[in-house]
Amino acid sequence: MESKVRSILIAGVGGQGVLKASDILSAVIIEAGMDVKKSEVHGMAQRGGCVTSHVRYGSRVYSPLARKGDVDLILSFEKLETLRYLDYLKEGGRVIINDLEVYPPSVNMGEAEYPPNVIDLVADHVDTVEVIDASEKAARLGDPRMVNTILLGVLSRHMDIDTAVWEKVLRKTFPPKVVGKNIEAFHLGRKD
Amino acid sequence: MKVLMSGNEAIARGAYECGVTFAAAYPGTPSTEITEEFSKYEGVYAEWSPNEKVALEVAIGASLAGANAMAVMKHVGVNVAADPLFTVSYTGTNGGLVIVTADDPSLHSSQNEQDNRNYAKFAKIPMIEPSDSAEAKDFIRIAFEIARKFDTPVFLRTTTRLSHSKSVVETGEPKPSGAVLEIRHDPRKYVMVPANARLRRLAVEERMKKLAEFAETFPENRIEMNDPSMGIVAAGMAYSYAREAFPEASFLKLGMVHPIPAGMIRAFAARVDRLYVVEELDPFLEEQIRALGLPVAGKEHLPFTNEFDPGIVETALSGKAANVKALPQVTIPPRPPNLCPGCPHRGLFYVLGKTKTFVAGDIGCYTLSFMKPLAGLHSCICMGASVGMAHGMSKALGEGGHGKVVGVIGDSTFIHSGITSLLNTVYNQSDVVIVICDNRTTAMTGMQQHPATGYTLQGARTRQLDIPSLGTVLGIENVRVINPLDLKETREVIKEELERKGPSLVVAQSPCALLLKKKGGEEKPLRIDPDVCTGCKVCLGLGCPAISWRKFDAETEKTFKKKTKKQEGIAVIDRDLCNGCTLCSQVCKFKAVEEAK
Repeated sequence: MESKVRSILIAGVGGQGVLKASDILSAVIIEAGMDVKKSEVHGMAQRGGCVTSHVRYGSRVYSPLARKGDVDLILSFEKLETLRYLDYLKEGGRVIINDLEVYPPSVNMGEAEYPPNVIDLVADHVDTVEVIDASEKAARLGDPRMVNTILLGVLSRHMDIDTAVWEKVLRKTFPPKVVGKNIEAFHLGRKD
Repeated sequence: MKVLMSGNEAIARGAYECGVTFAAAYPGTPSTEITEEFSKYEGVYAEWSPNEKVALEVAIGASLAGANAMAVMKHVGVNVAADPLFTVSYTGTNGGLVIVTADDPSLHSSQNEQDNRNYAKFAKIPMIEPSDSAEAKDFIRIAFEIARKFDTPVFLRTTTRLSHSKSVVETGEPKPSGAVLEIRHDPRKYVMVPANARLRRLAVEERMKKLAEFAETFPENRIEMNDPSMGIVAAGMAYSYAREAFPEASFLKLGMVHPIPAGMIRAFAARVDRLYVVEELDPFLEEQIRALGLPVAGKEHLPFTNEFDPGIVETALSGKAANVKALPQVTIPPRPPNLCPGCPHRGLFYVLGKTKTFVAGDIGCYTLSFMKPLAGLHSCICMGASVGMAHGMSKALGEGGHGKVVGVIGDSTFIHSGITSLLNTVYNQSDVVIVICDNRTTAMTGMQQHPATGYTLQGARTRQLDIPSLGTVLGIENVRVINPLDLKETREVIKEELERKGPSLVVAQSPCALLLKKKGGEEKPLRIDPDVCTGCKVCLGLGCPAISWRKFDAETEKTFKKKTKKQEGIAVIDRDLCNGCTLCSQVCKFKAVEEAK
């Protein structure tokens, strides 16, 4: 019997590094000896709009897309984007939210309201919510782009994969100049 | 070596490994990366052709010279290439010829959702369809094997989900193709005058018969017997969804979707209690299975539109509602794709949106200008349509249409299929203003080169098409070049050209903001001085993602020194997003925009 497939949904806004994060995560899963499939969006779907990636892994994965109500963990790079995909989460699933607001155009133009209580809404809806100030942490590390590595560190706490495997993949992913900083960022997320 | 590859990367890798040496394509989501990745391998030739028709003709030529050649395009690209497609089916080829069609269920990045499996049947060309990256890599090899064995062009169909999902692929070493490059004369095969074409027509039917026999023993058409109470016929990504939704069911997994293996389907139907077809978009397989006289269920349960996922398949076929919690009761503001901060299209469409004209639009990033607040584009049908449509509208309106009709088209799109239509505006003399949004790249698909960039796919310098000169050569008397980031100039020139009789060409030239960023151009972000901003909101009319509205909260309301009694807030610029294009400072009457320190 094939073992249970686990699904992680990463959500964010174009340009935040969602696809990069899902690439790293998938590489880690392969390195750990499992099968993986991931989905992503390109082209017009990407231009500053919502970006999501499903990462699914286990001994044998067929579909790169998760079904609604079947995602084990949502890793959200932006608060509002969490709400958009909450129906993908399974009963008892976990949500990790980066404490960051990026306003959609209608909010920018003053025509719509950015929901003021996103974290409460999510907390009312699911059992386990973690809020991480990853963008602030990344800024303190001196590079806002490292938000995705920090969030992967947070995510890694909920996956049964050795730190050494994560480090090995991070070393392969980043150019020598920024590897050290990224490993530091990963551990900053993992320890918290 | 085990690596994670997208379907597109896997097709490129598979092509390289099996000795494909030639690819021609026009970029189009979700197919673009196939050609880009393929071009990076040693010893291959790859080109961006001006459009898909040219790309297919180029690939046909290469194949007639004995090469294994592929033409790569998105689903609607096959419409453009349909003319050579239907007749190369008659001639067959010399080397191998494979057409990769990348369909887009759910219209992630397309103007329609056509199911290109219909082309296989229509043009009498076999089509194979992989279901993940590992198969994608194998199937491109198989496509060429079939092409050479049956002297036929072959379709490899992918969908967005296959092209842009990643899964594990085992890479291998490239093998020599064994292709013999030579010129072969065979007029009866290659000159499709009626007398010859009638004979080839018979050869096509004969070939389809042989392919149907081949399909019966083709190893990628396989029966996976499990619980016989439910038998599912599926191919491509739909197979992956169904396989996961019903792990206990029996499957007939089709690697080849045209022609179908009728005998195998009959045999499978006989072994299962209930037969289902799971396929996205059209009931392509279902109708053919039904025509075999077999009772089968499919589209009576499954949607005709959009891509599936395992949940959709399970709910549809089992009739049981999925265990999904409703979203929290709150309005979630949408986050549609938008023009980037600093995008030169914003200046042009800010101006066009304020003219009382009909702006016939085209395919590209600028299509996004139809949205509020710019609302400066009023139609979008297909690549190149804007120029012809504007001409037709102007002709139909007659005198009443003078100064009222504009056609806008991107630089890459103009070269793709706008040139002949522009010639038509001159030949048949309409009062249109055609604007070429020349941002020096094929931006939407990720900045590919084209003839007017002066560089090839590989980044080698080549002869650069001069678009304004081309306009002149075609006979346009009024060719104007403007910088769309200069609003005053843009406004004046558009106004002048709208007033003029006869066709005008305005080339709005300014590089794509992402291209500038890629080239490491210096950015001077701006800020809005809160002490000067009157909260008039004019800058918000640009729809720039870097500018947002901050309504005063209760505290600020009391302390802020308002410029007018009615002031409700101020506009602010996100300096991390701003590239200093200055459009906002040009529209601000109060000079509140300044360089950020």
